[in-house]
Amino acid sequence: MKSISVTIDGTRITVPEGTTVLDAAKKAQIKIPTLCYHPDLPPVSACRLCVVEIAGDRLLRTACSWQCRDGMEISTKSALVRDSRKMALELLLSRHPMKCTECVRNGSCELQDVADLLGIRENPFEYRERKGELDLSSASIVRDPSKCILCRRCIQTCEMVQSVSAIGLEGRGYDVWVDTPFGKGIADTPCVSCGQCIDRCPVGALYETSHVDRVWRALDNPQKHVVIQTAPAVRVAISEEFGLEPGKLTTKQMVAGLKRLGFDRVFDTNFTADLTIIEEGHELLGRLKKGGKLPMLTSCSPGWINFIEHFFPELLPHVSSCKSPQQMFGALAKTYYAQKFGIDPKDVFSVSMMPCTAKKYEADRPEMNASGYQDVDAVLTTREVAVMMKQIGIDLPNMHEEEYDDPLGVSTGAAVIFGNTGGVMEAALRTVYEVVTEKPLDDIEITAVRGMEGIREAEIDLAGTKVKAAVANGLYNARQLLDKIVAGTADYHFIEIMACPGGCIGGGGQPIPTSQEIRAKRTEAIYTEDRAYELRKSHENPAVQLLYKEFLGEPNGHKAHELLHTHYTAKSQYQPDSAA
Amino acid sequence: MHRIHVIIAMDPHTIAQGARSIKDALVKNIDLAGLNQDVRVVETGSLGIYNKGVVLVVFPDGIYYTGVKLEDVSEIVSEHLVKGRVVTRLRYSEIPEESRAEEKAPRFGKQVRVVLKNAGMIDPESIEEYIAQDGYEAFGKALTELTPKDVLKIVTDSGMLGRGGAFFPTGMKWGFAAREKSDEKYIICNADEGEPGTFKDRLILEGDPHAVLEGMCLAGYAIGAHMGYVYIRGEYHMSIARVRRAIEQAKKQGLLGKNIFGSGFDFDIQVREGAGAYICGEETALIESIEGKRGEPRDKPPFPPSVGLWGKPTIVNNVETLATVPQILLKGGDWYKSLGTESTPGTKVFTLVGNINNPGLIEVPLGITLREIIYDIGQGIPNGRGFKLAQLGGTTGGILTSEHLDLPLDIINLRSVEAGLGSGAMLVVDDTHNVVELVQNFAEFFNHESCGKCTLCREGTGRLVELLHKLTSGCGSEKDIDLIERLAGHMMKSAFCGLGQAAPVPILGCLRYFRDDFIAMAQQNQQRVPVSA
Amino acid sequence: MSDLNRIDQIVAGYQSTQSPLIYILKDVQKEFGHLSEPVLTRVAEATRIPLSEIYGVATFYSLFTTKPKGQHIVRCCNNAPCWVNGSKDVLEKIKEYLEIETGETTEDGSFTLEFTSCLGLCAVAPVMMVDEQVYGNLTPEKAVAILRDFKTKGSANA
Repeated sequence: MKSISVTIDGTRITVPEGTTVLDAAKKAQIKIPTLCYHPDLPPVSACRLCVVEIAGDRLLRTACSWQCRDGMEISTKSALVRDSRKMALELLLSRHPMKCTECVRNGSCELQDVADLLGIRENPFEYRERKGELDLSSASIVRDPSKCILCRRCIQTCEMVQSVSAIGLEGRGYDVWVDTPFGKGIADTPCVSCGQCIDRCPVGALYETSHVDRVWRALDNPQKHVVIQTAPAVRVAISEEFGLEPGKLTTKQMVAGLKRLGFDRVFDTNFTADLTIIEEGHELLGRLKKGGKLPMLTSCSPGWINFIEHFFPELLPHVSSCKSPQQMFGALAKTYYAQKFGIDPKDVFSVSMMPCTAKKYEADRPEMNASGYQDVDAVLTTREVAVMMKQIGIDLPNMHEEEYDDPLGVSTGAAVIFGNTGGVMEAALRTVYEVVTEKPLDDIEITAVRGMEGIREAEIDLAGTKVKAAVANGLYNARQLLDKIVAGTADYHFIEIMACPGGCIGGGGQPIPTSQEIRAKRTEAIYTEDRAYELRKSHENPAVQLLYKEFLGEPNGHKAHELLHTHYTAKSQYQPDSAA
Repeated sequence: MHRIHVIIAMDPHTIAQGARSIKDALVKNIDLAGLNQDVRVVETGSLGIYNKGVVLVVFPDGIYYTGVKLEDVSEIVSEHLVKGRVVTRLRYSEIPEESRAEEKAPRFGKQVRVVLKNAGMIDPESIEEYIAQDGYEAFGKALTELTPKDVLKIVTDSGMLGRGGAFFPTGMKWGFAAREKSDEKYIICNADEGEPGTFKDRLILEGDPHAVLEGMCLAGYAIGAHMGYVYIRGEYHMSIARVRRAIEQAKKQGLLGKNIFGSGFDFDIQVREGAGAYICGEETALIESIEGKRGEPRDKPPFPPSVGLWGKPTIVNNVETLATVPQILLKGGDWYKSLGTESTPGTKVFTLVGNINNPGLIEVPLGITLREIIYDIGQGIPNGRGFKLAQLGGTTGGILTSEHLDLPLDIINLRSVEAGLGSGAMLVVDDTHNVVELVQNFAEFFNHESCGKCTLCREGTGRLVELLHKLTSGCGSEKDIDLIERLAGHMMKSAFCGLGQAAPVPILGCLRYFRDDFIAMAQQNQQRVPVSA
Repeated sequence: MSDLNRIDQIVAGYQSTQSPLIYILKDVQKEFGHLSEPVLTRVAEATRIPLSEIYGVATFYSLFTTKPKGQHIVRCCNNAPCWVNGSKDVLEKIKEYLEIETGETTEDGSFTLEFTSCLGLCAVAPVMMVDEQVYGNLTPEKAVAILRDFKTKGSANA
């Protein structure tokens, strides 16, 4: 690509043609404040905070969208630019409730940051409330339109990243606001609870339904035996909540922190991730042998399950009947674990720590009570766990290290890669290959299914049978594959779908902010963690082997079906809570 | 064969004054008099007489009647049509009998009719009448004698500037789209006329719809487009009907469709209706609206000639621009240049509104002065009141005061006083009005029409209303005036699109010339300047 | 109220039109009076356009309404050319006569009062539109007389 040179605040730099002023400024070490811009999304140029002055141009231009031209002279600091930014911010702040101390985003709010950066000390405009009511209808997501600054990131995310379009704009002009159609609760829309909107919201207009109080009550109750499971992806991200660089692994400090919080046992969702591979692997082999519905679709990602129930109910027979690792764990904690350790299952309070908001909805599903109780009692996002730790003064980076508890804390490297897009596929192939061929896999790192592209494909030779696999992350990409299945042009045998970009490491419950760069670092940390495991194939997990021997019997057997498998419900796109 | 034609102006102005029921009564009375074989009643577009009630012309006598009431109809029929006696009490004396020679009439004395040459003169529902006035001759000439490049060159050489308000060179715009390689290109006629005080496009669409269609055909031929859309305001019911009918007629005559007159050139036109949004006059918002979305403007670049409707190269031209194109093709660029001034060739259609004795549509060569428009053509301000200000170009237009009365109006001169021609609306405001209240009215309009996309326009227009209301309701201070000025200044520089950038223009203009009025409002906030009725 | 199946017919009628949503909404509103939740839901099903997007369009344009309106819609212009000719007084009088504010509907459901943007009838300003009929050169008294006519006869002459 052609190189061009531009001058920014007197500094001459060379950039490739097509570079935005924002990126060029970054290269020149100049920070331009932004609000509506998000690196995952195309610029909408709505907030007008990133304006710059370009020599010879009568208008100020938004750095996020304006492209550099050769010889361009840009000022990011003129008096006009400074006051224009201040004006835009004053206007936004004057419609924001400024109840910062009561806000979930206190300390991680982009509006706060920008106000600090620009040195806002007073506002010439009086406060005028924005329209819209607090929406508490969802098990996963809370919407507070009064805090919205109309950056539109949530709408773009819902439409472009997830192809769900649960929310949009209502009205126009001064009274425009982000809302569901006809102001219904978000639960009465096809919202899949993925929480990607939360990850991109610059303020506290979108956040998860909190289970913090629920968990504290259980921890404070001496009658309760409180166990927690931690999802693969949380261990590579929680450190960000404590100010560390993305990708910094603090698994053992996290375990220590959870014990300090008072959990009686700290277990690992990785354990049931390994179990999922056994169950799902056998289900796939069964479908391949007996001519079952193909391609088989994975079922670990609850946002994805919500999506297919709402948008492609006719494809539900393709979905693996395996519960997600969270729900397998929930079912076992109040059965196998309780029995084995002589605890009354009604006293077991089962908590999960998840990178995900849809897990809250999943745990709430009425069918998730195989143990005779609600299998999972509370779901904490990575962010909520960090809040709890901070509440009692835990400084994660400086915690000592502790190990997961036995037996539901034993796992393999195959389980930890569930956190990445392609991870479930890779873990499944590691096991299925060895089960079918009875030969050890030469190179267990199946790089064909790794990566950040929206859709990836791979073909594996299983003793003469070619198995064609595909992986999609982000529901927009998933929709492309599903459209192919509907059209009859998909010749895959097995498809892994994760609702969130990058997989669970980019989940809606993970630390904010998110971006491709941050997700890539978390992804790498997951693979580092995998390499550190001695055992890296699910079928080698000794605790899982023992579980089958002591309790479950055969994979896909009667008991396994009772506890570890589920069914799905076709839902309408419009009245999602009633069966179509 | 009909012996007598009664032309009745059926435009929204006359309809608002009861033209429909007059026409029905006329037809009924003619029937009763047994004259239906002799007399034909023909509807036409505006006759250029706007606030004189219902207007009729009886041909071949060429007698104009204005202010015709229901009770007058039987008299006109029995006296004039039956007995040949003119009903003098209703006769409009300012129009001489040889009224088809418009240019000579005193009412039209300083006008030169190019765009409006047919409006009111022909039956807009008859393609034959348009063809009889050299209609579709330019298109025929282009298809048989000229290459697309020739057409482009003639339009470029004419120096024509787009009449939508931005005055961008039309030929240059076409050139951008012509150079794009694409399987599909589009011509859009922007008929989303919503600028307060402007109704020129409506009268062209209703009075001479084929001129617009022919202009679109020529534009399509020049850039290699095969589909055109006329985007008309949803409120303009009659324009929509007239253009639809004109399209049907052109199709029937083989002037639209596949392989037009064996030339190998295909071109079709469809009407698209707006649904009530001023912002859709902005070309990218208009494109979004045609695409079935909220009419919010897009980021530019890319500009529509490269990436427009459905992502394809698209030309968006105003009605007046397109209606002028056929005549430029026929008469040549030099003829066009001979009208107007060097910086702004051609004529300009103005709508003269507000506190003016003779409001309406006028077409004049550029270079004319404000004084000539207001005091000669407009016949001055009613009730002998004084001139306070004029706003030129619609509600986003700049402010002119008595110091500008003798300024020749063209782009360069207007730019020097921070104004422009804009949509051509000229609002005359007399000296009984309070400027701050007027500015509040402007602000309310923008607040109602802001799309809400960008911070500065969405919040800014709302705050301007709020601050101005503070002043006019007697709660304001001079600090509020400073804040209005600061806010408006930033909107002009940093708002997303033309609406937010132009909204402050009249507000800052009024502050420039009438700051004392604002200060008086802030200081003596209880003693309000009386408002005229 | 019309049968919702009518919506499928309307949508089918625009099969060969590119991006027909605004046409569909116009036709549907004509048929059903306003764009209610069941109506727009059916439009979403028939067009396969997300309901949130349709709702965004329906609430953007002033000629669409998602709420029921009065039997007659009175649209008053208060833009500058009408304003300098006294539209404010006309509007005040209409409000007083109908006993409602702009944006509201009379208790008996006979009138809804709204603003309109300039109708391009400025030469006979001030103007208003009742349903699809326009009235010019209004005075407060004339405006009320027109509305009174509508009230008694259901229609009026200019």
